Amino acid sequence: MLVLEREGLGRRIDEICARHGRNRSALLPILQELQEAQGWVSDFAMQEVARHLGIHPVEVYSVVTFYAFLNSERKGRFVLRLCRTISCDMRDKDRVARQLEQELGIAFGQTTADGRFTLEWTNCMGMCDQGPALMVNKQIFTQVSPQGVHTILEACRRIYGLYPERSEDDALVSAGALQVAVESQEAHA
Amino acid sequence: MNTESRMNPDTSRAPVSQKPQVVNARADENAVGAQVRVSIDGQEIKVPLGTTILDAAKRLGVHIPTLCHHADLCSAGLCRVCVVEVEGQRALQASCAYPITSPLTIKTHTRKVRNARRHIVDLMLSEHVGECYTCSRSNNCELQSLAKEMGVVNFRFGQRTERRHQTDTSSHSVVRNMDKCVLCRRCVRTCIDLQEVGVLEACHRGSETTIETFRDKPLGEVVCINCGQCINRCPTGALRANDPTEEIWRHIDNPGKHVVIQTAPAPRAAIGECFGCAPGTPMTFEMNSALRLCGFDKVFDTNFTADLTILEEGTELLLRLHRALVQGDREAALPQFTSCSPGWVKYLEHFYPDYIPNLSSAKSPQQMFGAVIKTYYAQLHELDPKDIVTVALMPCSAKKFECNRPEMVDSGFKDVDYGLTTRELAQMFKEAGIDLPNLPHSDFDDPFGSATGSGVIFGATGGVMEAALRTVIEVVCGVQVENLFDHADIIPVRGFDGIRYVELPIREVGPVIPMFKHLVGDWDWLKGATLKVAVAHGTANAKKVMDDIKAGGRFSECHFIEFMGCPGGCIGGGGQPIPTSPEIRAARAKAIYGEDRSYKIRKSHENPAVLELYEKFLKEGPCGHLSHKLLHTHYTARGAFMA
Amino acid sequence: MSLKDHSSILFRESRPDEGLRKAVGMKRVDIITAVRESGLKGRGGAGFPTGVKWNFAALAQDTVKYVVCNADEGEPGTFKDRVLLSEKADLVLEGMAIAGRAIGAREGIIYLRGEYDFMRRHLEQVIASREAAHLLGESILGLDGFDFTVRVHMGAGAYVCGEETALIESLEGHRGEPRNRPPFPVNTGYLGHPTCVNNVETLALAARVIALGAEAFAKVGPASSTGTKLFSVSGDCARPGVYEFPMGISIEDLLREVGGEEAKAVQVGGASGTCVPRKAFTRRLAFDDASTGGSIIVFGPGRDMLRVARNFMEFFDEESCGQCTPCRSGNRVLLEGIGKLEQGCCSLSHLQELQALGETMQLASKCGLGQSSPNAFLSIVEHFKDEILARQGA
Ligand SMILES: Cc1cc2nc3c(=O)[nH]c(=O)nc-3n(C[C@H](O)[C@H](O)[C@H](O)COP(=O)(O)O)c2cc1C
Ligand code: SF4
Ligand code: FES
Repeated sequence: MLVLEREGLGRRIDEICARHGRNRSALLPILQELQEAQGWVSDFAMQEVARHLGIHPVEVYSVVTFYAFLNSERKGRFVLRLCRTISCDMRDKDRVARQLEQELGIAFGQTTADGRFTLEWTNCMGMCDQGPALMVNKQIFTQVSPQGVHTILEACRRIYGLYPERSEDDALVSAGALQVAVESQEAHA
Repeated sequence: MNTESRMNPDTSRAPVSQKPQVVNARADENAVGAQVRVSIDGQEIKVPLGTTILDAAKRLGVHIPTLCHHADLCSAGLCRVCVVEVEGQRALQASCAYPITSPLTIKTHTRKVRNARRHIVDLMLSEHVGECYTCSRSNNCELQSLAKEMGVVNFRFGQRTERRHQTDTSSHSVVRNMDKCVLCRRCVRTCIDLQEVGVLEACHRGSETTIETFRDKPLGEVVCINCGQCINRCPTGALRANDPTEEIWRHIDNPGKHVVIQTAPAPRAAIGECFGCAPGTPMTFEMNSALRLCGFDKVFDTNFTADLTILEEGTELLLRLHRALVQGDREAALPQFTSCSPGWVKYLEHFYPDYIPNLSSAKSPQQMFGAVIKTYYAQLHELDPKDIVTVALMPCSAKKFECNRPEMVDSGFKDVDYGLTTRELAQMFKEAGIDLPNLPHSDFDDPFGSATGSGVIFGATGGVMEAALRTVIEVVCGVQVENLFDHADIIPVRGFDGIRYVELPIREVGPVIPMFKHLVGDWDWLKGATLKVAVAHGTANAKKVMDDIKAGGRFSECHFIEFMGCPGGCIGGGGQPIPTSPEIRAARAKAIYGEDRSYKIRKSHENPAVLELYEKFLKEGPCGHLSHKLLHTHYTARGAFMA
Repeated sequence: MSLKDHSSILFRESRPDEGLRKAVGMKRVDIITAVRESGLKGRGGAGFPTGVKWNFAALAQDTVKYVVCNADEGEPGTFKDRVLLSEKADLVLEGMAIAGRAIGAREGIIYLRGEYDFMRRHLEQVIASREAAHLLGESILGLDGFDFTVRVHMGAGAYVCGEETALIESLEGHRGEPRNRPPFPVNTGYLGHPTCVNNVETLALAARVIALGAEAFAKVGPASSTGTKLFSVSGDCARPGVYEFPMGISIEDLLREVGGEEAKAVQVGGASGTCVPRKAFTRRLAFDDASTGGSIIVFGPGRDMLRVARNFMEFFDEESCGQCTPCRSGNRVLLEGIGKLEQGCCSLSHLQELQALGETMQLASKCGLGQSSPNAFLSIVEHFKDEILARQGA
């Protein structure tokens, strides 16, 4: 990481920790905010957070590895998580899975070479009555069909085209821009 | 003073779930309601409120198997081997983590319990790459014993054979083989809680759970201080010390090599345990014979350089005091910190690098000895230092790292070639068929001879301080220590309290003895002063003292502080026999103080061999030119950032 | 939304904040008594009597106490809290404030699962508007000393964090690893303070208990399981969704309502619940019979039950916190066993060994996850043994 970049991140972490409070109870909110901003929690970030909270870096790492939505490895700009638990399974999640793998050219657990997409399984997301459910970053799509997969991926690509850089807090993607993009895509079709 | 201070729940970073249960009613055990009745397997007993089922059973002599439980650590209750049936409860309860707060009826070996324990051990075996024949812990493995105890005769749920982890040999001191880990997390609790170094934690979850360092980096690249306390508490062979015995045998077998061994005080108080002796059985003179039987050419006593350390470090302290008190020098870097514990030194280098100037520049006895052997001793015996192999028998795993520090080559060679632990030496003896406890006695070799009692007590927490005080008091006050403290036992600095603080007023001063004439004209400037010293053992306690110093608290007013990386000091070192517990360490300390008492000479500055070394070799007295070259060192500010 | 208005307690039309208004006029002990007399039991799965829990928390000596709303809803097949929080957030917050008053807590925390991030803003808006209306904040409804604030804390993707002590560990910034009990959260919970953890639905129902009176509530459902229950129905049925039925409804009746009459089995209580075969469909959904936190998963005639068992075991293998041996390692062994069964190479004696292991896991695991993770496997093996053994080589 460039020194300047690191300094910037250091200041940002300082600000986040100040806001949430420098105590252990604030660890998850702090990590969640960093995760959202960076798309991952870097080595540097984990150590800085540990320093601010007066705990050991390995403890932060340990927490990051425990929770599915925190990661200590860089992931794609869009993380696609397909529910694999029973109700979605019974609603043919396998077809959706195959479509995802084919369109992206990667297997579950992998990230596309261009760093845009990461494909993962996830466990029950509480959408069992409307499966199969697919979560794209923070946006959940339900009753996803193989055709729906195409629409969603196209929407992602459009967003990527418009905003190739991860914005300061990638709220854009999380806060429903994707939903809008998908809907307009569907309207076009 | 002999209750070892446990971790303080307030500063401990252990997850709350792993903190000891706090039940406030303990203050008066006889108060109404402070006691509670339990029935265990039909026997009744009253115990203080909050006692765990496991402890209550112990009082009754009822054995309950355990694995994740350890006397030095807070309870975790996660291996579930210790489950028992509590009347009225559907599920079995972990006896190690269940505080009794109301009358209970407990059964410890019903069919349910036996089945469960057996299943749990079966499951552990299915996760564990068991290679008992080739394992350093064979016959001293808690998993192996449990399997035996549970009557395991087959691998009901299979046995893992495929290796999922690469053995981490990056550290000079600690080798990690996670394929043998059964996730009891004793190392985690040791590293985070007991030592507050914080290198190891449980990572990931579910069946992927593993114990990892930060980002799973090699141990050699993280903030590990090499104390080896995790090794001492690992129930299996997942953690072990980096073992040099093969190479040492090779040198012994090579007639062209002159292999000398120096032996530190703590191993002799503990090695008997590896041969079935009770903890605290001293083996000093049997061990000398055994070492010769093994083929070591010379057997020296590290206490010789312990005495040398006292003179160098004590002189350094007096010089710092002079700078501070007489010259008003604010850079005198007081308090002076001891530097003989390499775990502590690395801890400071990582976490308090700003305080490196406070560390005594005197090398540890091990490193001084190495330098003296490859210079003075080589000259004396007309040996080529390149043909000398120096082995250091140490209770310590960090000593392996210390002798590999790149700067430790002041003799022109690697000053100490190998750090060998107590456990590894016991193994060498066994390999050579040596029955240690039944050997005849023999003494150490000349020219370093027997040392003094002061050297011996280096092995227990407070020992370095006591040795230093014995010398400083006599040198400065001009009186016999015995006049101030019975038998020269400076009791206030002894014991196992995690942190001890002592003040010694200097009421009168004596004349400067010849050895110090080149340094000071008189001691008058110390008259009426109060020497403030402190002792801390275990880095968690060191941390408390350091934080206090940083905050300008009372420890910042100290003049001299002894820090030991390991709980109990060297007797509790990471190379000592396994198991360890507060009782075992107390027994070893007793052996050490017993040996001290048995010496005729008990003060470092009276050691004739040391005086001879100054006279014939070092010439200029303590802290002189050659001393500086051979016996002093410098440190590296490492910081805590892991790139 | 497919919610049915039968003898609804939660979803019937009612005056807003009726319960809270009544609670303000009641003594604390009377609130607790009312909840206890209503017979309300926890809707999060364990079914602990809510009034008893509140009483413990109220008796605990501390100046700081917490009310935690468990919105981690992670049990496969459960989504009723999602519906409740999106449609009846006011009612849940009302229940939290009542709980706060009852036990003497001034702070409430909603632990919302990470997957439900999309609801966070909505919840925070509801909290803000309730604060503006003096239904939260200081001196609630003008009652001096009745202060209660609520904040939302997000989970980060871990099923086990629904277990109350794991949830507290998570709130404290740790891995979500369940604690040893005793001490219980009502004595030593979040940051060491007495903490009352209740399910979303429990809190909403508590508000209704105060509004309607204990008696009216207790009249619904059998004596052991009073009131109504929200059921999240999914799987092979015509009308999946959330339903409110009186406790004690039989599986049969429920299946009729949701269009799942054809079912060959029903999973009651999610992955950690039990599999009920067709022949036992007369069983009732109640605490003393087929107990559920709300999850009902319907399996149609063509379903491969071993595949179902595998799906559940994979879930637990991943979602176990990994600290205790029976659960961490036991789930893996059971999963491997299912693999053998699928390949038709599991001997009968090994199957029995696995069943015995399942029983050990139920007895010796540290928390409810490991204590219930073998349930599905054990009940499927028990009820569909023929189907499973038909695959074996013999
Ligand atoms: C593995 C596991 C997961 C749980 N998940 C939830 C959950 O998502 N929501 C919930 O309310 N309770 C859950 N519980 C139950 C809680 O531990 C606790 O009993 C409950 O929140 C208490 O609230 P109640 O008394 O209102 O039911 C879970 C328990 C276990 C063992
Ligand atoms: S039963 Fe499972 S989830 Fe619960 S403590 Fe044990 S390993 Fe963790
Ligand atoms: S020794 Fe009690 S659970 Fe491990």
